[in-house]
Amino acid sequence: MRNSAIAVSGLRKAYGDKVVLDGIDFDVAAGSVFSLLGPNGAGKTTAVNVLSTLMKADGGTVRVAGHDVATEAKAVRAAIGVTGQFAAVDELLTGQENLQLMVDLNRRVNSRDGKRVVTELLERFDLVESAQKPVSTYSGGMRRKLDLAMTLIGNPRIIFLDEPTTGLDPRSRRTMWSIIRELVADGVTIFLTTQYLEEADQLADRIAVLDQGHLVAHGTPDELKRQIPGTHVRLRFTTVSQLDAAARLFTDSTRDDEALALRVPSDGGTKSLRALLDRLDEYSLSAEEFSVHTPDLDDVFLALTGRTTEAAK
Amino acid sequence: MNTNSHSMVMLRRNFKHIARNPTSVFNAVLMPVVMLFMFVYMMGDAFNVGVDYIDYVTPGLMLLAVCYGLGSAATSVNSDMTKGIINRFKVMDVSRGAVLTGHVVASLLTNLIAIGALIGVAFLLGFSPSASFVDWLGVVGIVALLGFAAGWLTVALGLAAKSPETAGLAAVPLVMLPFFSSAIVPAEKMGPGVRQFAEYQPFTPIIETVRGLLNGAPSSSDAITAIAWCVGIALVGYLWARSTFNKRA
Repeated sequence: MRNSAIAVSGLRKAYGDKVVLDGIDFDVAAGSVFSLLGPNGAGKTTAVNVLSTLMKADGGTVRVAGHDVATEAKAVRAAIGVTGQFAAVDELLTGQENLQLMVDLNRRVNSRDGKRVVTELLERFDLVESAQKPVSTYSGGMRRKLDLAMTLIGNPRIIFLDEPTTGLDPRSRRTMWSIIRELVADGVTIFLTTQYLEEADQLADRIAVLDQGHLVAHGTPDELKRQIPGTHVRLRFTTVSQLDAAARLFTDSTRDDEALALRVPSDGGTKSLRALLDRLDEYSLSAEEFSVHTPDLDDVFLALTGRTTEAAK
Repeated sequence: MNTNSHSMVMLRRNFKHIARNPTSVFNAVLMPVVMLFMFVYMMGDAFNVGVDYIDYVTPGLMLLAVCYGLGSAATSVNSDMTKGIINRFKVMDVSRGAVLTGHVVASLLTNLIAIGALIGVAFLLGFSPSASFVDWLGVVGIVALLGFAAGWLTVALGLAAKSPETAGLAAVPLVMLPFFSSAIVPAEKMGPGVRQFAEYQPFTPIIETVRGLLNGAPSSSDAITAIAWCVGIALVGYLWARSTFNKRA
């Protein structure tokens, strides 16, 4: 496919006896956000390492920006930017010096443009005030921002983000998300790994769920959610007698006596919702509260792998 | 951009590190000087080595000074590795080896500063070598060669270690080796076992070469063994460092 930024087929990687990636296939369209989702130890970082030329695969082919990672590593490196799991910044240098270091080492940026690029990035990532301070004084969120800014030098069109928000507080996470969205708006292809289901849901066009070296699911966030049953309507009543009556009415429902609530399985479509409401009306029952619950990706993971993700708790 | 300019960028980075974290250099410079005082004033009279003890021990401490600087080099290489900075450089297609060369050269220059300080203090304490200018060049050459060789080995140790702490520990044998050589006392005065070890380990010929040069009576057989050891250590260190650098991600 011409418009795929990343094409992976049959990717295998093992450390000794331990198989980490066991025949993985996927395709990332240029300009889209692809999220590899999985719990700790699922093999996400290994996948990033192989795709970004840091590690050699044991089998399969990987093409990034149209180049084979095994035989054309240099060309791949020229097209990509990588922000690893830990902020790879130089703590003894200042923020500005870190960015300047990237300019000095980058074959695509000449030193005349370099100064301007550094200033622009410091402004864009809101790091101007601390630009002259050593990075060892930066907060976790600032380090991540600087790390990403360093990755952007040379203007890579494909960016790998390995758990970019792990360990960040909710506010820094939101900031990181909005930065990622800006990149997407610029047409950059993003390969994102995360253990946060919400993050994949928020950012990704397509999600692949990685579990013990296999892709157990693959699709848009909505497709994944639809793959499993479990959409339901939640009705909350004011009295126990009403709850009792409703529970008799919907025999496949489950009741929550404490909250005086009833969970009624439903496909979430308007037709079945109207039928449900009509039914309540028919028996003169009225719910205090009515809501439709679609499963979140946490539920998806549980249904697909039979296990919960530790990280999601 | 070629390898050289990348190496210069890296070296500049290492110098900034040293300038901002002067404790490591301070240690590397101060510790050998403290040892010099200790051995010359406290223990010097107890050792009968046939010559003025300061003339005997200064060449030994020069090598100790080289080794003493290595711990911080191992730690800083390792923190580059474990904090992912080396991975960043690798993905950016920074010249292979530029990162490592930067560390080796920075470590070598730290060594030379430490040895310069040591020799200066030794002169104040009455060090009186009978070396000619050419002998001195030989001393600088051998010491620099050792610093270079040990530097590469240290970089390899630093790359292979799991954490900065273990990297620092991994360099400890290198710091200890000079003690089990003829650096402080002649090997023939040591107990059995240790003596044989001292006679055959790399530091003894290197120290004897430096000592010979400073006495104005260099021994070519010692020098050949010393150079062979240094070249061997450098080669092993370099190849090990290269392969770890390429493999580890």
